[in-house]
Amino acid sequence: MNITGKNKIIQIKGLIFDYVQDETGETKRAVNDVTFDIERGSFTAIIGQNGSGKSTLAKSMNALLIPTEGTVIVNGYDTTDEEHLWDVRQSAGMVFQNPDNQIVSSIVEDDVAFGPENLGIDPEVIRQRVDTALESVRMGKYKKKAPHMLSGGQKQRIAIAGVVAMKPQCIIFDEPTAMLDPKGRKDIMRIIHDLNAEGITAILITHFMEEAANADRIIIMNKGKAVMDGTPREVFMDRDRLVSLSLDVPLAVELRHGLAARGIDLSDDIVTEEELVEAVCRYM
Amino acid sequence: MSIHVKNINHVYNEGLPDETAALVDVSFDINDGEFVGIIGHTGSGKSTLLQHLNGLLKPKSGQIIVGDTDITAPGASMLAIRRKVGLVFQYPEYQLFEETVALDVAFGPKNLGLDKDEIDERVREAIELVGLDYEDIKEKSPFDLSGGQKRRVAIAGVIAMRPEVLILDEPTAGLDPQAHKEILDMARKIHEGETNIIILVSHNMNDIAELSDKVLVMDEGKLVMCGTPKEVFARGDELESMGLDLPDVTCLMRDLKEHGLDVPTDIFTEKEAEDALYRALGNRDDR
Repeated sequence: MNITGKNKIIQIKGLIFDYVQDETGETKRAVNDVTFDIERGSFTAIIGQNGSGKSTLAKSMNALLIPTEGTVIVNGYDTTDEEHLWDVRQSAGMVFQNPDNQIVSSIVEDDVAFGPENLGIDPEVIRQRVDTALESVRMGKYKKKAPHMLSGGQKQRIAIAGVVAMKPQCIIFDEPTAMLDPKGRKDIMRIIHDLNAEGITAILITHFMEEAANADRIIIMNKGKAVMDGTPREVFMDRDRLVSLSLDVPLAVELRHGLAARGIDLSDDIVTEEELVEAVCRYM
Repeated sequence: MSIHVKNINHVYNEGLPDETAALVDVSFDINDGEFVGIIGHTGSGKSTLLQHLNGLLKPKSGQIIVGDTDITAPGASMLAIRRKVGLVFQYPEYQLFEETVALDVAFGPKNLGLDKDEIDERVREAIELVGLDYEDIKEKSPFDLSGGQKRRVAIAGVIAMRPEVLILDEPTAGLDPQAHKEILDMARKIHEGETNIIILVSHNMNDIAELSDKVLVMDEGKLVMCGTPKEVFARGDELESMGLDLPDVTCLMRDLKEHGLDVPTDIFTEKEAEDALYRALGNRDDR
């Protein structure tokens, strides 16, 4: 155990990851010298374009990928340490984009039980864990159903329950809402916040700025590097930087900027729409 | 070119315990050159409706007339309809299969029995129309491209058939903001340049409001609203009761109005919102 970093669930230091192309043997650097820690119990959003390295970073956090250089420590275990591979995976669970690729069973509760069963846990304990996990994603009444009869958002909730049943300390969500409709997207975001409130560290990889707005911290990835790191307010206020990275700028920030250019100065620290409404009312 | 849909009904699993009415007495007209947005909750019948428009599904009753052809008439030529109406499914990149981009895009035109020169010309034109560099990409494997590029290649395969009606079923789902914007710019360009009618299905109200001439709203298999974006999004409370959102800008303007600011609420773009705010706040300064 690494004692010094007790409050850090994940410690990433000088991480470099190169993909090797099969045919040519050439390498492509996906993550280029990234260093940061994740606090236990926090909610961190990682944002970036396709190809920015954010998914590679996510997969490095539960030893699906092993660093080319640098280290990743998860819950005190080095991901290169094969002896503790399962400790790493049990500490940090992962939820992927496409729910259809994550469901292995033809009955919802069997699917959720799949992970704990592989840990060799007592069947009665598994029963409890499955029920609790399904309740935590509000899918308890669907436990006897067939997953293929469920909507995309419901399937994604089952996939999350499967991870929750493993009792991880941290869950990495890799674009969990990308394939869902607006309602499914809202449901999943609410569940991620619920799980975080119960003490699970949440790491959310996303394209959507609005999903990151309620995180404790946002890290922006660009071309393999972590280029911005701060609270949502700090990140969203830096409009010019967001534009230069081709990221969406929040509506309120964009309007405040446009009005300022035309001589109407509302307060500089407007980030949310509520704040814009308030500032406009004050201006009147 | 126009489309007339008259009182169509469709039932899934008729006579079985899970019988569901997927379309209930749906009627509307699409005029020449219109860009039409379709919105509705998942399961509202949007995709079922689309599949009727190019003859993949037949209605239980009712009539669909595309141009001068009644595609619901017995013996109507399905081949002719599918040449006229190009349907791009959700996640169309899953349907890429050829070794090179050029071969993949050429698959449709080849099946039309066109000669080689005509096929080559159409492939080049379609690839350029979706915003890709033909020379650069033609020999590449579609599977080596980024997600946004793959999707554009898949759309090029449909455009190469030169349809008069192009239907895009959630073309931006799962893309990052940059790729999302590129696909919308592409749709706009195709509409201006080539295709007569574009029908766009999307959950993104910002896109629907900005692009559409006409918006159709589906709910539980019924067409519940049909009008301009201004007409449809003016009925915000009804849309919300169906689980549909308003465009972000429209929400903000409604909120400002509730707080006593004299601004219009039929606003769909950031630019319009900025202008309206400028007028509302600027006038205060003059007084």
